[in-house]
Amino acid sequence: MADDSNPIPVQQECPGGCCKKDVSESRRTLMRRLGWGAFFTTLAVSAAGTLRFFFPRVLFEPPTTFKIGTLENYPQGTADKYGVVSVSEQFMEAQRVWIVRESDKIYAIFGKCTHLGCTPKWFPDDRQYKCPCHGSQYYSNGENFAGPAPRPMDRYAITKLEDGRIMVDKSVLFTVTQFDDPRCFLEA
Amino acid sequence: MATQIWKSIFRHDFEDTPANRGKVIRSNVFLHLHPLRIPKHAMKIRFTWCMGGITFFAFLVECITGILLMFYYHPVIEYAYMDMKYLQFDVPFGQILRNIHRWGAHLMVMTVMLHMLRVFLTSSYKPPREFNWVIGVLLLTLTLLMSFTGYLLPWDQLAYWAITVGTNMGAATPFIGVEGPFSLVDKFTDVRFVLLGGTTVGANALLRFYVAHVIAIPAVVFVGCAIHFWRIRKDGGISRPL
Ligand code: HEM
Ligand code: FES
Repeated sequence: MADDSNPIPVQQECPGGCCKKDVSESRRTLMRRLGWGAFFTTLAVSAAGTLRFFFPRVLFEPPTTFKIGTLENYPQGTADKYGVVSVSEQFMEAQRVWIVRESDKIYAIFGKCTHLGCTPKWFPDDRQYKCPCHGSQYYSNGENFAGPAPRPMDRYAITKLEDGRIMVDKSVLFTVTQFDDPRCFLEA
Repeated sequence: MATQIWKSIFRHDFEDTPANRGKVIRSNVFLHLHPLRIPKHAMKIRFTWCMGGITFFAFLVECITGILLMFYYHPVIEYAYMDMKYLQFDVPFGQILRNIHRWGAHLMVMTVMLHMLRVFLTSSYKPPREFNWVIGVLLLTLTLLMSFTGYLLPWDQLAYWAITVGTNMGAATPFIGVEGPFSLVDKFTDVRFVLLGGTTVGANALLRFYVAHVIAIPAVVFVGCAIHFWRIRKDGGISRPL
């Protein structure tokens, strides 16, 4: 006796045109898309996270401001032919900054060659700064006149605090076109 | 010796037959990068100058001496320069070790360029070998990068200023350098900042250059060399003299 009573036929034509195969097919497509979608999303997020990883949030670099004393520390005097009364090297070693006094103002030159960033050296007798790397030369006011340097040395923001002391802020830098900015020098 | 142990490792006999010679190459994971047979013209020193081979040899020398240097060198600003002096003056054979590593680096840069020159002069870059030329350009760049990153590690004045100048050039990159044309970034997000791990050549920069120098770049060079050598075989062996 043949067994015709199997309740679950393996293959069955779908009467209403709705085919079982199609249903599972589209479910599989959806699952496949979700799967790959999750995979590539994870990959993209990890890649973005890894890129972000290379930009540290905290820098263990020295503070950007320092105080250079009061106006009395930078007395008036006779100016050289570039209008500079004095160039102070007091903060050069620790801060890489020259404090320059002209007859009507004080400003802070960042001791970084505008060619490729070496530290020029101050020659008081010549009233010049000279860069050891590729021979750029600057007048005492930081203006370039020889070598590959494209522009005068940059200057840092300088302000007078309420107690009379003068503060230099190394996080604010001015290039030659901005030297008229009131934060770039101290009238004195 | 042709025991089961031998046979389990090497799938060939000792006997000097053409079949066994082939098997020696084919059944070895390193040698199989190499062509099964080398035609006579490829052995001519006048044709290849063995410049690629010498470059690879210099690279292996750098790997071995470099690993030895790592036993004494700390990539920390308090120690880096002292460790170089210690290596030179007190570590047994430290001076010659350091010098070999430095000479090897110079040699590698010179020979990789001469190798490129000979590939150019012998027209060996032409189809089907165009892709190996591309891999070669990658290897040349990586060779220069290994020299650049290694240059910072002694942490002396030469090192410090060379990397200052080099990374400031990076700051002039279009779009991703803070001082470059069309700059889209500030000094805390530009390419120089990533290279240095900060805004100055400091502790982070030393560590980053160290990691790049001893692991990241050599790892890519190893993979690049494997592809380079395997491609020679796939492209029909060393090109023929014209
Ligand atoms: C890490 C650097 C490199 C290593 C270790 C290396 C190694 C080799 C070696 C061992 C060979 C076999 C022939 C020979 O010794 O001359 C070879 C062939 C070749 N190399 Fe390089 N190479 C390097 C860089 C380059 C560069 C910079 C180029 C060109 C841009 C280049 C392009 C080629 C080409 C096209 C061949 C096939 C030459 C032929 O079939 O005659 N490789 N390389
Ligand atoms: S960095 Fe000063 S001249 Fe080049």
